Amino acid sequence: MADLFLIARIAGRQVAIASDQVDSVVDIGEIVPVPAADARVRGLAALRSKVMTVIDTRAVLGLPRSDEAPGRAVITIVDGHHYAILVDALDDVTPCALLPLAGGIVLAGGWRGIGCGVVELDGEPVLAIDLHAMIPGVAQAA
Amino acid sequence: MDDLLQEFIAETRETMEALSGEIIAWEADPSDRARLDAIFRFVHTVKGSCGFLDLPRLARLSHAAEDVLSAVRAGERVPDARLVNAVLAIVDRIGEIVEAIDGGAALDDSGEDLLIAALDGKAEPAAHAPTQAVQRAPTRSVRLSVELLDRMMSGMSDMVLARNELARRLRDNVDPAVEASLDRLSLTVAEMRDTVTRTRMQKIDALFSALPRMVRDTAAGLGKSVTLSIEGADVELDREMIEMLRDPLGHIIRNSIDHGIEPPADRRKAGKRENGALNVSARQSGNQIIVEIADDGRGIDTDKVVAKLVAAGRSEAELRALSEKARLDLVFEPGLTTKDEVTEVSGRGVGMDVVRANIEQIGGRIELSSQRGQGLTTTIHVPLTLSIISAIVLGAANQRFAMTRQSIEEIVRVRADGAVKIDRLGTTPIATVRERRLPLVDLATILGLACADRGDPSMLVIVGVPGGSYALAVCDVLDNEELVIKPAAPAVMASGLFAGQTLPDSGQPMLLLDSAGIASAAGLQFTRETAPADENAAEAEPVVPALLFLDLDGVRRAVPLAVVDRVVPVDTAHIHFTAGELRLSIDGRILPLTAQGGLDGREQVSVLRLTDGVGEIGYAIAEALDIADLPCAMTPAREPGAIAGVVAVDGDQVEMIDPHWLFAEQARLGAGSGERPICLLTGREAGWMATFLRPALERAGYRVATGLKHGESAALTLAMDDDPDPPAGAAVLRLSREPRNDNAAIFRYDRAGLVEALARHAVGAE
Repeated sequence: MADLFLIARIAGRQVAIASDQVDSVVDIGEIVPVPAADARVRGLAALRSKVMTVIDTRAVLGLPRSDEAPGRAVITIVDGHHYAILVDALDDVTPCALLPLAGGIVLAGGWRGIGCGVVELDGEPVLAIDLHAMIPGVAQAA
Repeated sequence: MDDLLQEFIAETRETMEALSGEIIAWEADPSDRARLDAIFRFVHTVKGSCGFLDLPRLARLSHAAEDVLSAVRAGERVPDARLVNAVLAIVDRIGEIVEAIDGGAALDDSGEDLLIAALDGKAEPAAHAPTQAVQRAPTRSVRLSVELLDRMMSGMSDMVLARNELARRLRDNVDPAVEASLDRLSLTVAEMRDTVTRTRMQKIDALFSALPRMVRDTAAGLGKSVTLSIEGADVELDREMIEMLRDPLGHIIRNSIDHGIEPPADRRKAGKRENGALNVSARQSGNQIIVEIADDGRGIDTDKVVAKLVAAGRSEAELRALSEKARLDLVFEPGLTTKDEVTEVSGRGVGMDVVRANIEQIGGRIELSSQRGQGLTTTIHVPLTLSIISAIVLGAANQRFAMTRQSIEEIVRVRADGAVKIDRLGTTPIATVRERRLPLVDLATILGLACADRGDPSMLVIVGVPGGSYALAVCDVLDNEELVIKPAAPAVMASGLFAGQTLPDSGQPMLLLDSAGIASAAGLQFTRETAPADENAAEAEPVVPALLFLDLDGVRRAVPLAVVDRVVPVDTAHIHFTAGELRLSIDGRILPLTAQGGLDGREQVSVLRLTDGVGEIGYAIAEALDIADLPCAMTPAREPGAIAGVVAVDGDQVEMIDPHWLFAEQARLGAGSGERPICLLTGREAGWMATFLRPALERAGYRVATGLKHGESAALTLAMDDDPDPPAGAAVLRLSREPRNDNAAIFRYDRAGLVEALARHAVGAE
């Protein structure tokens, strides 16, 4: 059972994102901040005629906001809303098998909320993450 | 009307196409409830539309089919092959008639009776060949799927953004030819954008314009009369929304007239106006359009609703346990009606379930608020999604925000002359805009944005929210744009400060502010504010409009304008001093006249005809001067009389006439009122008394009588000192022929004593 996974880099770590959660991958331009919103919401950005809500991955992980201008983002659609999840870099798209987290492993910090399994990449374990778990205000499906 | 007909044809045609599959499925399995419901809804919709389009043949056919289907739904009839055939024949026939109407061709109605009879199982459905001769008339309209329009719209937005980008890049290129081309492109793009936008937007008037006729016809058919009022017809709404609202609105209104508004006789009994009132209004509220249908009928009887459902096999205890609101919502259950008889208009219980399904399909919701005996208000909320709103772009801390124009009362600049200024109550800044004090909310602060300068703001946007207004301090008012608002992600909306997001021409996303959300975030609390106009009136000194005039004695006086019926010139020849007072002959009647000052030497005077709504008296004056608002504050006169007091008018003293005193005096003197107490004259001198004492007695407020009619009783009896005692029960005043020194009787020519005695009795009587 091999699904396509997008291998990306967030907060300096390699992660795998199930491709069925990914609508597209874009370069983010200017971001308009949203006042009084959740810290995870970096702001709004326009992609052609769509407005996207930009999610700051570092904030999701509880890390301080980076000073670098945001570059690339993975677009995911939840309930008809477009979300752009900021990533540091995109490495590859590859078929992998998703394995559950082995017994006894507890993810630390902000990773715990978003990790959903492990994929093997060239013999190395890579954490698979759930994009939807990064989005504030979305009811979590168990 | 033609538009409506065209729409009806297109809609029916479309539904029929969609329905053909359902029909075949139902034919295969007549017990399939879902298919039955679909067909039922179709004929019901056709029937409803026929009602106001005046298509009696279609109405008859669909009504008949609906009857049968409703019987099947209620389980009264079994859908056997024959019945299915008969219904399908009707549906086919409806299709043929619709095509015939569209083509303008005549279609003979033979066989329709047979079709209807076949429904009852009395006749075989006539084997009939569909008339193929009808050709479709060329239609000049195309029905597009909204999805296509959506794509067109978003493509258009992309085009605008590309144009903007191109313009930015070409800004440095000064080649006039390129510039001219770009300008032409811009113009075309702008025009296209307008057109594409318009393809989706429509005034809700398109929906409301058919209502008066529908209401009239529906009401007339039921023998009721209904006054319809429509508000907010210019609210713009997505075309699709309008289409989707058409049927539900029709159903709700027909239900209101049929079930809600009572027949005139019942309304009279209930103390209501005979004409039922039906109010349909549309308004935009935040990111929703709200359509409200309010009637003043009998409301929904939830007990009846429950009883009906129980009769249909639902658990009574369960239904009784529901809250009133939940029980009200039971009217949305399929197949429910609280009306006992079925009418042409409604009453089969189709409708409310269909209505709710239709509205929820477009992401809206429907709410009922019923006051038993007082009326029902149905509120439909539909999302603003894709609705274009006119917005003002505001700047705060270098960021732009949009606010709907509808919620903005005005935009003012803080001015040095003090008409618009910022005051402080304690440390709380408030805005004073032309005497109106408003709470002040700083946009940047409420949004948590850092503002560069912390001085007092210079621009205020006065925002109206339900219950009051507040001043929103902004850094800048930038622009005025038509925007397509879309809902923002939940995480963005969570703060309650925003109503949506939009992508203006600049290509930079912008947030739409929620004016009510900002007020509540700022903790503003409004008690219902009285209208500013009333406020001003309350602050000013109360005034009374009055007529200033020059009286006969040369004094300036005034009389409240409200009591002056008119001012007429009168020849003094018509004024006579008769029977102890001045009287004026005018219009064939005699009017008591008051005058302060002599008429001597005047040929003509003006007469104020004063009225208290019932009686009339005249007041002679030299001339009318002016109408002025006089202060109510008045220095009262020392003694009661025709002058109530003195008011100051432009530094002058003006006497104010006391109309109450004038009328009271007249009422005291005036003849004719039967309610006065009776003074009974008895004894041998009754004749003398009637002749000599009557005026004095009448002046004292008595009616003089020499005998009592049945049922009357005297308040005072007059008798001579040597007359026998009159029947007991009334006070007796005795007179003597000669002066006497005791109090037993009054000398009959002692006028002062007599008046005093009468006055004493009058006081005693009270």
